[in-house]
Amino acid sequence: MNTKSQIGRLLSCLKGYRLSTVLCPLFLVGEVVLEIIIPYQMSQMVNLISTLEGNIITADIIWQIVRMGLMMIMYSVISLTCGAVSAYFASKAGVGFATNIRREIFDKVQSFSFANIDAFSTSSLITRCTTDIVNVQNSFIQILRTCTRSPLMFILAVIMSFKVGANVAWIFLLVIPILLVIGVVVLKKAFPLFQRMLGSYDELNSSVQENLIGIRVVKSFVREDYEYDKFNVKASNVMDLSIKAERVMIILMPAMQFLMYVCRVGIVGIGGTAVMGGTLLIGSMTAMLTFAIQILNSLLMLTMVSVVYITSKASIGRICEVLDTANDMPDGDIDTPIQDGSVVFENVSFAYNGDNSNPVLTDINLTINGGETVGIIGGTGEGKSSLVQLIPRLYEVSSGSVKVGGIDVRNYTMHNLRESVAMVLQKNVLFSGTIMDNLRWGNPNATFEQIQDACERAQADSFIRSFPDGYNTVLGQGGVNVSGGQKQRICIARALLKNPRILILDDSTSAVDMNTDRKIREAFMNTLPNTTKIIIAQRIASVMNADKIIVLDEGKVVSVGTHEQLLATNHIYQEVYYSQTQEVAV
Amino acid sequence: MRNMFRGGGRQMQGYVNKPKHTKATFARILSYLKPFKVKLIIVTLFIIITAGANIAGTYMLEPIVDNALQVVNPSCDTYAYFAKMLMLMSVIYIIGSICNYIYQLLMLNISNGILRNIRFELFKNMERLPIEYFDKRTHGEIMSTYVNDVGSMRELVARALPSFIQSGCMIVGFFIAMIALNWMLLIICIVQTVANILTIKFIGTKSRVNYKKQQKALAMVNSQIEEIMEGQKVVKVFNHEARAREQFEVVNNQLRECGTKANVYATVLMPIMGNLAHIFYAIIVTLGVLMLYNATNGLFYMGPLYVSISIGGLVTFLEFSRRFSMPITNLSQQFNSIFHALAGAERVFTLLDEKAEVDDGSVTLVNADYVGDSLVESDTRTGIWAWRIREKDNSIKYVKVEGDVVIENVTFAYEKDKTVLDNISLYAFKGQKIALVGSTGAGKTTITNLLTRFYDISQGTITVDGIDIKDIAKSDLRRSLAMVLQDTHLFTGTVMENIRYGRLSATDEQCINAAKLANADFFISHLPLGYNTMLTADGDNLSQGQRQLLNIARAAVADPPILILDEATSSIDTRTEKLIEKGTDKLMQGRTVFLIAHRLSTVRNADAILVMEQGKNIERGNHQSLLAQRGKYYELYTEKAELD
Repeated sequence: MNTKSQIGRLLSCLKGYRLSTVLCPLFLVGEVVLEIIIPYQMSQMVNLISTLEGNIITADIIWQIVRMGLMMIMYSVISLTCGAVSAYFASKAGVGFATNIRREIFDKVQSFSFANIDAFSTSSLITRCTTDIVNVQNSFIQILRTCTRSPLMFILAVIMSFKVGANVAWIFLLVIPILLVIGVVVLKKAFPLFQRMLGSYDELNSSVQENLIGIRVVKSFVREDYEYDKFNVKASNVMDLSIKAERVMIILMPAMQFLMYVCRVGIVGIGGTAVMGGTLLIGSMTAMLTFAIQILNSLLMLTMVSVVYITSKASIGRICEVLDTANDMPDGDIDTPIQDGSVVFENVSFAYNGDNSNPVLTDINLTINGGETVGIIGGTGEGKSSLVQLIPRLYEVSSGSVKVGGIDVRNYTMHNLRESVAMVLQKNVLFSGTIMDNLRWGNPNATFEQIQDACERAQADSFIRSFPDGYNTVLGQGGVNVSGGQKQRICIARALLKNPRILILDDSTSAVDMNTDRKIREAFMNTLPNTTKIIIAQRIASVMNADKIIVLDEGKVVSVGTHEQLLATNHIYQEVYYSQTQEVAV
Repeated sequence: MRNMFRGGGRQMQGYVNKPKHTKATFARILSYLKPFKVKLIIVTLFIIITAGANIAGTYMLEPIVDNALQVVNPSCDTYAYFAKMLMLMSVIYIIGSICNYIYQLLMLNISNGILRNIRFELFKNMERLPIEYFDKRTHGEIMSTYVNDVGSMRELVARALPSFIQSGCMIVGFFIAMIALNWMLLIICIVQTVANILTIKFIGTKSRVNYKKQQKALAMVNSQIEEIMEGQKVVKVFNHEARAREQFEVVNNQLRECGTKANVYATVLMPIMGNLAHIFYAIIVTLGVLMLYNATNGLFYMGPLYVSISIGGLVTFLEFSRRFSMPITNLSQQFNSIFHALAGAERVFTLLDEKAEVDDGSVTLVNADYVGDSLVESDTRTGIWAWRIREKDNSIKYVKVEGDVVIENVTFAYEKDKTVLDNISLYAFKGQKIALVGSTGAGKTTITNLLTRFYDISQGTITVDGIDIKDIAKSDLRRSLAMVLQDTHLFTGTVMENIRYGRLSATDEQCINAAKLANADFFISHLPLGYNTMLTADGDNLSQGQRQLLNIARAAVADPPILILDEATSSIDTRTEKLIEKGTDKLMQGRTVFLIAHRLSTVRNADAILVMEQGKNIERGNHQSLLAQRGKYYELYTEKAELD
């Protein structure tokens, strides 16, 4: 996608601020026009006096001068108002624009599938939503103002200068192309140099970052000096490249000033000759000096703004990348609540990112009846988590189909399906807020009794109560102030509050001791007879009493059966079982 | 990549913008300018010339207009004078432009040089800081010093200072020129200056207040974004999208309100200042023209207005007055960036002033060899190491490095009153494998922190080969041991360079042998470029297990008598763990090994297992005897107790 259409795409986020976006340049037009008229007015006043013949003193002339002066003050006041109002609209539009983009990205990410999220990393999503948007906002405001102001100022000043003194104004036609050429050449030359400089700067920073993260390694291998030498090379490199890049850039200002001087000398020289020859008035010549400044400045501003644009281009690209990512999972349309918690896998194969040469699951056929308790056993990386994540349609099957309640999961609305399937993820997260807030994720309308009941079943109630603030204990971001086992139990309670048809625990009691683990399982049996319970575990004890146990190996179902059956027939199961029980007997 | 350092809102909140010791900080910044003294004097001189040329060139308008342009019937002399003045003007301008370019060029070299020197110093000092410093701060905090604070110092040196000098020169120059032209009109300019300053102050204050509010709102938005993005998968599992959106909408709108205000104040300043200047310009034009009229007529009296001006004077004055407010606005804006930079500089200096690790040990580690029965120092790597001890009578004694570690009655706390280790004693001798077991926070890792002297003990003693580690130079102590940590830190560079990190003098062959020993050779040879494969800092191109194997190879090439494996396999799946264990088993042979483990399966065959709880050593024995004790170890092993 090219930049042009990306910008077009982004501009749709101006919704609600289009009026401000239009009003800002409109008022700016007012400001610029008046800014050009003011020196013109000055020239008229000076000309008036310089052409007075003889000693005619009249109150008339004084009155005329005062009136012209008052007009000029009035222009300035109007110009000030226009400028201020335009600045207001620019800010309103810019900030509103950023707010809309931020909302849109946020919404977009909310609509993403797991696969979409995996494709971007979390940290890159955060950057896009924070730094990149601030960049875009700032450049939008600058560009909106400068791109109206500078071209307009340029055109009007050129026109006026020809109107006031055509016999002098041609000097601008000489100087402007030179300035433009210098500007373009400098930017063209400087841009790649700056890229290189920024690259070396990144390298420098990541070298510091690396040292911060690995400081124990550095110190334990006594590599401080070695790292310092490495850093020295990089810092010197940054210096050399900065000097190289900036050396090109600094030509711009003196060159601009020099050309301004050329204009001044030209105006005074040619204009002065014309004044002496009587073809130009002194006031007009003075006005020309002002127009010269306005013309050259507006060109300089345009050069600057092109730099702003170039730097924000990368941000625009990154933002659009998110906005243009389509959710790769079309929603289904069955909205009637799921009653039957049966799960069927039919010839299911699955690979991440559609990478079919690297399948995680192959040819899975399974039938789990509603209300059953099912255990899944297998080594890490054998596809256990992938298997259960297909049930609430967190990922899409590559082939085959997964059915819940007899209907393919793709036919349910995502919302409906996930309302009925509760899943405690292996990598679980608590959010900042109180324990109560976190539990309410499961059911925003839950009463305190319901919450307490869920916590009792998840064996979380007693430890929560032991906190001084009980259920109102504030958790830090990521749930930092509870232990791993406690966190897992809160997460289970949170899932229970959904009152799901299907409950999936993905290795969710690994940090919970055996006793508590058993109590949780017992509570499930007693209080959730109709809910299908799927439990992934490392410990045999956690799944021993399940109605059936599925053994996964290398992405395939090796065996399905009860504990006794598997213990008698399946050697993988035997191996795992004995490795966990053998030595306890000592 | 760059963005990761700018970071989220949470870091920004701590960003205070007021320097505390303005004077001292400023003086210290000046000290960095010292090496460039001569250049700086030249720069200042050239700035003055640049500003002077600008003003002089403008001032020449007056004689040109009055003595040439306004002459009614210009003669040849008039034209000659006019030409001469134009030439002079051109010369002045050319000199000004050249000086302008030269000073910028010089300044470029100076500021980049200063910047590099500061970075050198910062990094050098940082590498010498005790581990405690890094443990107490987030990486973002320290990074922000490198990125933001050094950056704002750069702004100060490269832009604010020269522009300060230039604006100052300009103001003085304008003032002198205008006083020479017409004092009456100058008064108006002074009134304008006052009005400007008041406006800047008023809007500036509003702007700062609102900017702060905006930053706060931004921080809130950013932290919410971070939290929701990080927990995005949970959000989906719980159908929480709509509610997350609702919450976000609130803070996002808050930010919009604060942001609009802050931005309005920031953008409105320029048009207000610019047009304020126009108002005064209008006043000056009117008065000036009246004075001119007065002068040509000489008849009209108007009290104090009886001040005359020539037409050249008026034109010149108008030129000055148009530009008079620019350096003032400039100066006022520079003030802001100077304060900003001073605050940044202060943080840079705070880091520079952090005390480096104290190292008062005198015992060093040397290569040694046997001549007969006695140990002598050797210049080459012999594979035998000795501690070189200078006795009180100045004689030198050599003690062979075996790696016998004795920890006796050690008590330690990171913070006062929060004892982490409570009267711990343990012994480990050459070839022994000592395992430390216990839940998080029991103090296992603390022991390794003490062995390496990342932290110093408050009570008790630790000896290596009978020598108190306090007497051993830190760098030599650390050279005698190697650590393999849970977090696998690799550095940007090739696989080979990363392995060689263990011993810089190792040959390629030695590195490859170490990789073979660590079971890493197999996967390395399957990498596209083998040992020359480039790794990035976070090494995305390797799996966690592979990274750990490289870490082990790195430790292997260091070939130290003491080895510490701190949760080396905790974040790795069981299959890879087996592979790594094979690698470490070979590495452990003949060394004193400290093994800190989470999974008890990895410690089963240790010579001694220490079970720790809340800083105390509650059980000690080998696997069999501990199981027989039916104590904590038994509970942990049978998973009757929570281990997290």
